[in-house]
Amino acid sequence: MWDYTDKVKDHFLNPRNVGEVENADGVGEVGSLACGDALRLTFKLDDVGRIADIKFKTFGCGSAIASSSALTEMVKGKTLAEAAKITNQDIADYLGGLPKEKMHCSVMGREALGKAIAYYRGDLEPEPEGTLVCDCFGVTDKEIERAVLENNLKTVEEVTDYTKAGGGCGRCHEQIQAILDKVGTECMVEALAPETAAQPKLTTLQKIHLIEDTLEREIRPSLQKDGGDIELIDVDGDLVLVELRGVCSTCAAAQVTLKGYVETKLRELIAPELVVEEVTA
Amino acid sequence: MIYLDNNATTAVAPEVLEEMLPFLKEQYANPSGMYTFAAEVGRKVGEARERVAALLGAHPDEIVFTSCGTESDNTALRAAVWSNPDRLGVVTTRVEHPAVKNLCEHLEHVGHPVSFLPVDGAGRLDLVQVRAAMTRSVAVSSVMWANNETGTVFPVAEIGALAHEAGVVFHTDAVQVVGKIPIDLAGLPIDMLSLSGHKLHAPKGIGALYVRKGSKFSSFLIGGHQERGRRGGTENVPAIVALGKACEIAADSIERERSRVRRLRDRLESALLERIPNARVNGDVENRLPNTTNIAFEFVEGEAILLMLNEEGICASSGSACTSGSLEPSHVLRAMGVPFTAAHGSVRFSFSAYNTDADVDRVIAVLPGIIARLREMSPFWAEQTCKMPA
Repeated sequence: MWDYTDKVKDHFLNPRNVGEVENADGVGEVGSLACGDALRLTFKLDDVGRIADIKFKTFGCGSAIASSSALTEMVKGKTLAEAAKITNQDIADYLGGLPKEKMHCSVMGREALGKAIAYYRGDLEPEPEGTLVCDCFGVTDKEIERAVLENNLKTVEEVTDYTKAGGGCGRCHEQIQAILDKVGTECMVEALAPETAAQPKLTTLQKIHLIEDTLEREIRPSLQKDGGDIELIDVDGDLVLVELRGVCSTCAAAQVTLKGYVETKLRELIAPELVVEEVTA
Repeated sequence: MIYLDNNATTAVAPEVLEEMLPFLKEQYANPSGMYTFAAEVGRKVGEARERVAALLGAHPDEIVFTSCGTESDNTALRAAVWSNPDRLGVVTTRVEHPAVKNLCEHLEHVGHPVSFLPVDGAGRLDLVQVRAAMTRSVAVSSVMWANNETGTVFPVAEIGALAHEAGVVFHTDAVQVVGKIPIDLAGLPIDMLSLSGHKLHAPKGIGALYVRKGSKFSSFLIGGHQERGRRGGTENVPAIVALGKACEIAADSIERERSRVRRLRDRLESALLERIPNARVNGDVENRLPNTTNIAFEFVEGEAILLMLNEEGICASSGSACTSGSLEPSHVLRAMGVPFTAAHGSVRFSFSAYNTDADVDRVIAVLPGIIARLREMSPFWAEQTCKMPA
């Protein structure tokens, strides 16, 4: 059984604001019967532009109903600008946390609110929202990117927990990994940029840490996916010595992987003068 | 508490517990020992083997004790594949328990061609397709006797005969059947059969595999001489004794309990269908376990139903996506083509000899209200009622 907090149970068993606001100013719908959960949100503004009344109808599990109920309580009395700032993590926090497999319920709440606000503002087709990545659950690259950034997601599994993308046939896992790689790289470059500007040369220790970190986060997962692996043996100046493991150790294309992928990645993310070489056991 | 999830596991029968306790206390000898203390324990293991065999219509030498149904399934399929190296193929169905389904997917991954036979909307196999799949290149076929989610019973006698026509070893996962409907393996074309103790009021951690005399066999757990060399590892004596007792009780009461449990199940099912609109039964109602009903309540989600039932102290289970941690509804309901509107809202009630009329009354009293409440919350229900003619 899921480990739901008392607050989740309370909002599921005694949901607030169930129903539909008449002559609503904003209407937002997300999900479908096929997906297994869906939410319809309607709200009405008062004279000064605050949310006077908001109601939901939800088809879904306990945490989907609780997330919807929590969301309506959170935004009541807020202006649309204030309401728009609410993230899925805020909804989860309000409920005292959600099981990680259920985080997509909070994402659904945030998306429905976004759509309802867009509806009010007259953007009937709010932001084209990128291209479809997961056909099973109809999730786009933009939605995945947003969930990755907002929740600092690192793995395909986490993306599935938060957005459902990749939870069906699994054919889009590579695309999701590519989005993770892209977002991860952008973040890392941003994080590194000021530091490298102020301190043009990394100390040896910093360099080793960064190399270890990059191997761990970026490189090993994709090699492991194909049954291979890599281990850092030593760093000597700009020379990075590694050992290939698993299927990589006997693979004819290992040198291509080493130079074309591992070295390129390390140069791109750490320092352009790095040279990767394999040590043989 | 009202426990209606007996296809998941059952309560240990008090008589079973009593029978096994001495073997957790004073009678702790390893049955392999060369002293009277051990011989007494060994005799009791032998008696348990006889009791299991009696329930199945088998010879005691044909029973191998294992740790669970999953181990039995793994042993059976791997043994059949390993001892028939000139045949690579495997035949199974799309609705097997994960113990067989995921094992077959693994076998496929390592190079065995596997046919996953489809089922129709009621969960039935097409025997023409079964016959076509059984070719001279197939080593083993594994078809469950009854489905754990819907209770649909497969015609294993016919399927086994079709397998044997092509020289294919036939295994059946009978975990949901043993103790629920009478079995007589002596007259059936079944080479191997898996069962699990905790589905028939023995504790968890004990299973058995029936291996027909003369079948080619190869051990899965390689080790000592236990189980006549067919399964290494010191015998789990208390659990083996418990399984023996549970089988003895089942053999005595199966005819009586089967009709009693069927009556309870039928009463619950018809009352719910009568009181709750847009509800339908999943599975083959003509050929079904007496204790199982799987009902789809359209436009609501299964986990929400279970959580509300839980508040009423009622335990049931669901094929909905949200209860499993996966995101798609059960592979069984999907294989049957149950529409999404219904699959997500499917609830399984499974009975045992310990259920009563009062249990049924209580579910009938609370479930219609729960479904109505969740439908009021569902954005699809209003649309649905609007579309329906007045």
